[in-house]
Amino acid sequence: MVRLLLASLVLTLASPALAAETLTIYSGRNEKLVGPLLKKFTEKTGVEVKVRYGETPQLAATLLEEGAKTPADVFFAQDAGALGALAKAGQLQVLPKETLDKVDARFRSPQGVWVGTSGRARVVAYNTKKVKADTLPKSILGFTDAKWKGRLGWAPTNASFQSFVTALRLLKGDEAATQWLKGIQANAPRVYKNNSAIIEALGRGEIDAGFVNHYYLYSAKKNKADLPVANYFVAAGDPGALVNVAGVAILKGSKNTAAAKKLAAYLLDAEAQTYFAQETSEFPLVSGVKLAEGLPPLDKVGSPDLDLSKLDDLRGTVKLLQDTGVL
Amino acid sequence: MIRRAPVGLWVAGVAMAALALVPAIYLCVRAAEADADAWGLLLRDKTWGLLGRTLGLAAAVTGCAALLSLPLAWLTARTDLPGRRLWTVLLCVPLAVPTFVSGYVLLAAFGVGGALEEPLTRWGLPVPPVYGFPGALLALTVSTYPYFFLALRAGLQSQDPAWLEGARSLGLTPARAFFRITVPLLRPAFASGALLVGLYVLSDFGAVALVQYDAFSRAIYVQYEGAYDRSYAALLGLALVSVTVGVLALELWLRGRAGYHRSAKGAARASSPVLLGRWRVPALLLCGAVVAVGVGLPVGVLVYWGVQGLSVDSGPMMGPAWNSVSASMLGAVAAVVGALPLAFLAVRYPSRLTVALERVSYAGYALPPIVLALSLVFLGVQAVPFLYGTLVMLVLAYVVRFLPQAVGVVRASLLQLNPHLPEAAASLGQPPSGVLRRVTAPLLRPGLLAGAALVFLTAMKELPATLLLAPIGFETLATRVWGATAEGRFAEAALPALVLMAVSTLGVGLLVSQEGGSSPS
Repeated sequence: MVRLLLASLVLTLASPALAAETLTIYSGRNEKLVGPLLKKFTEKTGVEVKVRYGETPQLAATLLEEGAKTPADVFFAQDAGALGALAKAGQLQVLPKETLDKVDARFRSPQGVWVGTSGRARVVAYNTKKVKADTLPKSILGFTDAKWKGRLGWAPTNASFQSFVTALRLLKGDEAATQWLKGIQANAPRVYKNNSAIIEALGRGEIDAGFVNHYYLYSAKKNKADLPVANYFVAAGDPGALVNVAGVAILKGSKNTAAAKKLAAYLLDAEAQTYFAQETSEFPLVSGVKLAEGLPPLDKVGSPDLDLSKLDDLRGTVKLLQDTGVL
Repeated sequence: MIRRAPVGLWVAGVAMAALALVPAIYLCVRAAEADADAWGLLLRDKTWGLLGRTLGLAAAVTGCAALLSLPLAWLTARTDLPGRRLWTVLLCVPLAVPTFVSGYVLLAAFGVGGALEEPLTRWGLPVPPVYGFPGALLALTVSTYPYFFLALRAGLQSQDPAWLEGARSLGLTPARAFFRITVPLLRPAFASGALLVGLYVLSDFGAVALVQYDAFSRAIYVQYEGAYDRSYAALLGLALVSVTVGVLALELWLRGRAGYHRSAKGAARASSPVLLGRWRVPALLLCGAVVAVGVGLPVGVLVYWGVQGLSVDSGPMMGPAWNSVSASMLGAVAAVVGALPLAFLAVRYPSRLTVALERVSYAGYALPPIVLALSLVFLGVQAVPFLYGTLVMLVLAYVVRFLPQAVGVVRASLLQLNPHLPEAAASLGQPPSGVLRRVTAPLLRPGLLAGAALVFLTAMKELPATLLLAPIGFETLATRVWGATAEGRFAEAALPALVLMAVSTLGVGLLVSQEGGSSPS
């Protein structure tokens, strides 16, 4: 036993350097989703990949800790906030213009250091046995109505929820954001850890409606087809219709920039974009790619007119959430 | 007689203490970058309210876990309970249930619309509360009582039966003798269990978040996850470290200076088991009920999830299982070996300094695991870049995270070991290595094994450090389960979670079967 353990230890120690063109990726996106796509990338380009999977914020914190000494070439993040934090720390390098230009300016960094690869819309998921879609308010602001008391669920620690609150602050002002948060608080929402937990609770009927990203429902339905939950898109232009992105960036410390740029380009290639659309029901960010069934087109969702990079006052949002007693 | 500790022991002890201080040092470095705003946030009322709530929860869980564990430990260590070893193993298994599973399990069973909610209500039975404070109390008691159970069991096994026999011969009834002799002698075991449970509750995020209880750890997570603000998170982390120091000082004061080892001539015998007689059935019912809630429920829910998605491909299990076992075993062995010098110094050469060294090992235990993982990233990148990204870093992380578990149990057993026995061996011409190998180690065996079992079980399910510090591509059962539950694919999580529990059970079974002669047979 001990000998076997030692042998495996030695093997692990001795194996860091393998092929010449190997790309190290930190992925905040799930292996189940990204793994097959990266395999296709390797087949296509011959570039081997090594991936550290984890939660986006925790990987971002790790990258911030590692600084210039990071072994990572590429960071593939669940949300723009994490990419923005690394951009602010000056740890990202500028991407090629032809890659950036494929995506609407709203969904990429103005300095060109990160680019969105797929979109996820904020939606209201609801239990179809307990709520009729036509009784749902047109605006996210409508959920402060007292008739929603005890029926709502949210995940205020979640990064995508906080991005939405930041958007709400920018679009309607801090005062309105405070009022909305207080209004929802007054309706005694149940507090969940993340989007998956909200969908799970909706399935059991613990709550009637919850604020989530649109695509969690589809992966949950793959596991349980008869889940009585559906997505509701609020009116276009509403802060509640915010479309956030998962995105990719190349680290400044990368010694493998050429291969890293190939990967960034590949993720915006028609093949990868179709994959995101079909496999995870996300919104492709490059035009001309077919959407998953049942999804409205991105311009119909009508994300408010806001550059995602403007959503960088994360600390201000957390403070607001704390001041209103949400956190 | 004033004895001085050998230099080697000092070096080893100081090195382990320095390693244990890494998280605190990291937090100081990051907190130094904090601005006035962050200090303002730290000092606001809500922070203190949260801390108070969390301390209350920690105290309640500690109390409940102790009350639950004492009878269980006594039954499995001192009586003729049928299937004692099997019960021992099963009663440890709740430690192996990852918190991100156990939280869901309670909700899926007893939550609104849960699988057992409706049948219980129909039969007019009470549905256990699973939300807020009662929910957190239930979830955390069920998942942490084995800390107490293992510590108390090791304590009971190493206890010299002559104490109890003496008390009985002086006319105490069995019950009074138990409460006046056996229980007070377990004070070190209670202390080590209480520290582990209480500080663990402070650090927990998984369970409290799922049952919707607002705890201090959440404030820290929010800074990392929402604001990417490491300096404010560090200030909050240091607040937890200060609380830990307070708790450790309190425990030290309560502990006193009593001796716990046998002082008479000769070696301790194994105690003869108490015959349960007609109490056998209630005893079995108690063990069965605890196992049903702590093991049966999670297994049931996991099987239910798994059956719903039988067609789901969970991927091969052997590789991740092997990775889990090898990393956790290395962590367990390293933590117990690392705990020895600290426990020896504090017990055999007690002075302010040696006791402080032993206490230091707890410094990071109340911190949320993500803080610990990041501090190891910091250590790796800044100090030992050639080890960064290798399995060594992960094992180091397990040692830093779980050292207190090993120290607590090893220390408690060492206190019960009469120092004259190794001294006698030395006077009979045994070299120090021989004394350790032939006298001290065999006598310490229950403690060492209990410590290793604890570390192994908890390392098996450890997450943030495993994700961030393992060699890239090093997949374990825990990371597999995480990968599936993070996206709500519960059916896919079921199989790796069940394998995780099965492998952990086997591991503990192996350790318990090594216990040998000190248990009644």
